[in-house]
Amino acid sequence: MKFIKNIGLVVFIIGLTIFTTSIFTGSFNLTQKELNSYISDKGYKSDVLKEALSKAIVTSNNINIFEFSSKVTAAFETSNNYYDAQIAKYSAEKNWAKKSEQYEYKIFGKPHSLSYELAKKSGKGFIKENPGLVWFLTFGLGIIGALLFILPNLILLGKPGIKNDGIYHESATNRGWIAWLVLVYLVTFYLVLYFRPDYLVNWTFIFDPISNFLNGGDASQWFVYGFLYCTIMLVMGTRMYIKYRHNKYQIVRTTSVLFFQIVFAFLIPEIMTSLNMPGYDFKSAFPLDYDFFFEWNIESLKNSGGIGIFILVWGIVLTLVIVPVMVYFFGKRWYCSWVCGCGGLAETLGDPYRQNSDKTLKSWKLERWLIHAVLAFSLLMTAVTLYCYFSGTQSFLGIKSQWIKDTYSFLIGAWFAGVIGTGFYPIFGNRVWCRFGCPLAAYLGFVQRFKSRFRITTNGGQCISCGNCSTYCEQGIDVRAYAQKGENIVRSSCVGCGICSAVCPRGVLKLENGPEDGRINPTEILLGNDVDLMSLINKK
Amino acid sequence: MEHVVIIGNGIAGITAARHIRKNSDKKITVVSAESKFFFSRTALMYVYMGHQKFEHTQPYENWFWKKNRIDLKEGLVENINTDQKKLIFKDTSTISYDRLIIATGSKPNKFGWKGQDLEGVMGMYHKQDLENLEKHAPNNIVCKRAVIVGGGLIGIELAEMLVSRKIPVTFLVREDSFWNGVLPAQESEMINKHILEHHIDLRLSTNLKEIKADKNSKVTSVIIEETGEEIECNVVGLTAGVTPNIDFIKGSKIDIKKGVLVNRFLETNIADVYAIGDCAEQHEAIGQRRTIEAVWYTGRMMGETVAQTICDNKTEYKPGHWFNSAKFLDIEYQTYGWVFSERNKQENETYFQWQHPKENKCITISYNANSRQFLGINTFGIRMRHEIFDKWLSKNKTIEHVLEYLADANFDPEFYKLHEAEIVAKFNQENNTNIQLKKKSWKRIFSI
Repeated sequence: MKFIKNIGLVVFIIGLTIFTTSIFTGSFNLTQKELNSYISDKGYKSDVLKEALSKAIVTSNNINIFEFSSKVTAAFETSNNYYDAQIAKYSAEKNWAKKSEQYEYKIFGKPHSLSYELAKKSGKGFIKENPGLVWFLTFGLGIIGALLFILPNLILLGKPGIKNDGIYHESATNRGWIAWLVLVYLVTFYLVLYFRPDYLVNWTFIFDPISNFLNGGDASQWFVYGFLYCTIMLVMGTRMYIKYRHNKYQIVRTTSVLFFQIVFAFLIPEIMTSLNMPGYDFKSAFPLDYDFFFEWNIESLKNSGGIGIFILVWGIVLTLVIVPVMVYFFGKRWYCSWVCGCGGLAETLGDPYRQNSDKTLKSWKLERWLIHAVLAFSLLMTAVTLYCYFSGTQSFLGIKSQWIKDTYSFLIGAWFAGVIGTGFYPIFGNRVWCRFGCPLAAYLGFVQRFKSRFRITTNGGQCISCGNCSTYCEQGIDVRAYAQKGENIVRSSCVGCGICSAVCPRGVLKLENGPEDGRINPTEILLGNDVDLMSLINKK
Repeated sequence: MEHVVIIGNGIAGITAARHIRKNSDKKITVVSAESKFFFSRTALMYVYMGHQKFEHTQPYENWFWKKNRIDLKEGLVENINTDQKKLIFKDTSTISYDRLIIATGSKPNKFGWKGQDLEGVMGMYHKQDLENLEKHAPNNIVCKRAVIVGGGLIGIELAEMLVSRKIPVTFLVREDSFWNGVLPAQESEMINKHILEHHIDLRLSTNLKEIKADKNSKVTSVIIEETGEEIECNVVGLTAGVTPNIDFIKGSKIDIKKGVLVNRFLETNIADVYAIGDCAEQHEAIGQRRTIEAVWYTGRMMGETVAQTICDNKTEYKPGHWFNSAKFLDIEYQTYGWVFSERNKQENETYFQWQHPKENKCITISYNANSRQFLGINTFGIRMRHEIFDKWLSKNKTIEHVLEYLADANFDPEFYKLHEAEIVAKFNQENNTNIQLKKKSWKRIFSI
């Protein structure tokens, strides 16, 4: 069994290595004709760009993706620098007509997006020609290897029950070198995904056939990411099923997050796209879905007929009605650990790292400042955006709409939610984003704390302060601090993953929804001691 | 300002310190020879097993003590001079007190076995025992086999610990079935089977004769009393119960028997000296409880109580209804009220028992055959609500009432399969009754 595990590990690493190194392969160049048609499709008027690009990438030489990227971005810069200089020149000459004319030649957007699009058009090589084979060598081997590594646990872990043996003896789960290595890999992955998508263009070739089948178009880097996300959740979900097979709550919950990720976040949007509808994730609620109220999204929905209007209404109702009402009845867990994609990844890929969340009082303070600041930021951004959208102005309260949207997307959308949120799993625990950053979680937290039927009930005086609950709380809640006082847990950050209850050796904790009366219980004295005093308290 | 000194920083001593601080402004000093900061000794096993790091066993962050003005002193008390109200430490330093709380807990029993002090022989109680175990049994290469002597709660925990590092374990149990002085046969047998499922070499009705060592006084084997068999091993765990850790009090004027004798106010024979927790011994048993109770929560309750007394609200120690819990490898155990084993059954005590056909789940409910009064319940593999049983015990409910409302008491996580219907059906069948199980009601649960 151990042998099978080791083979699995080797196969997985081979798959991962091929996947990672595949981005270095292939060659990229265009014919003049291809370039011309791209430029005219995009409506670029800049001759400087055309000339620079022709010089750089219209060649019969085989250019690799990194060289290609730097050439295209250089051409982009050259063109924009040229027209910026023209603008400055006409501005000095006070030649306003000429000056405003120059703006038409400027290229908007990101240089690496331009590079990505051109690379996508011009890529050649083994991957492009053999996507099926490469899929098997990367995803196939990765999946097979991972499953070979995970499935023997069914026997190796022994009888069903809590299996946390050795977690703090392993480098991978105890912040050792393996954990740091994984952190570096994940952080690099997210940095490239968000800021250098062109480098990943080879990966998109692997997925062109699958993407064409699902939505009728070639794969983008986001398609690759979505597929990868679902695959990882499925494989690591299998691990959850084995590890917690004695615990029905975990089994049902894991099934739920897998379902919502694969069907709602992945399949439905892809199918909608293939039907010429806007691809929409019906479970993704504002303000986690922070660009829902961006002009381009509203415009696109408005122009998509009935379904677009439905989505617009649904999105608003989801945030304003469905989400809080469900939190009232079930706690924020219905979203954060049953439905949400970020939560889904945290509960599957992130489960081995849950013990690394910081439990100190300091981190709780930091958490409250940060998460509420992000909520305020997202609301401010949306207010500015909507005001500008309806009034047709560029700024509100002195804040430029484009600037605040770009800033939020960059700082929160890419850095916090992606690079830090997932990249830091191995060292800081699996809920970094959900705990410190997610504005939706902050909003749900208010409802959960002040108006909800959800609580974690503490079972009288049975707690022995062992600390398993606190150690394995991914949200860094010091669960024991409440349990040993006999106090029910009604913390806004609790995502209701149920692991505290699972790891408790004495049956002290139970997640439940019940009447609001009695949700916050009296804690003057712990149950068991001095029955007279107990009855006195009960009389009060 | 009055100076309260507490010897021992376990759950009893620390609870006393915290509650004295809550209720007063007295100067508080907590003395410990074991560790600077309070930790939960019930969690030591999880450190060895890699579920936690030692720091996770500390319920309060290190700044907590200074912030709450609880002074921590590391040192071993060797003598108490009650006339001068002074503690004398091993390093001959002294400390004066106005009020003294003795909360020194327990130490593992040693019954004079030959070789019981050899290297590699250890209990599993103190932080130092954990360090010792880590030294002698870091893995199954250094420790080829471990022998555990004594089939109680600590014994089975130690077995679980060693098994987690794949160290073969031989488990010597004096009784003919695991813990059957406490557990009814049905449950004891289920645990026997479960121990074997974990590949632990369980030897029932087996006693230790002696422990043998090599020339460096390191354990090499044990000899079995009954058969004379020699079992090679590198570690011997002595887990045959605990006894109050009070040797240092023997030379003082404080009355002791097995433990430090206290009245219901936890006062010793000397004014301003109190004893709480495992080391305290009641003159007379409270209800059916033992005079010495080495249980986590009684230590905590005594700490809460003595703090009231010290803060001028003289309070009697009144533990409520007996309850307890434990975990035997993968099987959780809870008990509320009194269920005695067949050996110790009380007059008119009758069992109603149910066992799951396949899974490791069972219950025993004890009731008075004449009055039908519910006496207590043991549950294995099913969690129950403490408050509900506490209420039923206080109100002297009948067995029929308990069964009718059993669904209110279930505390298993959501989506777990419930067995109340099967349990009630079995009772009806055995007793020719027609109890109808009521659906769980929040209203009843909160009307305690």
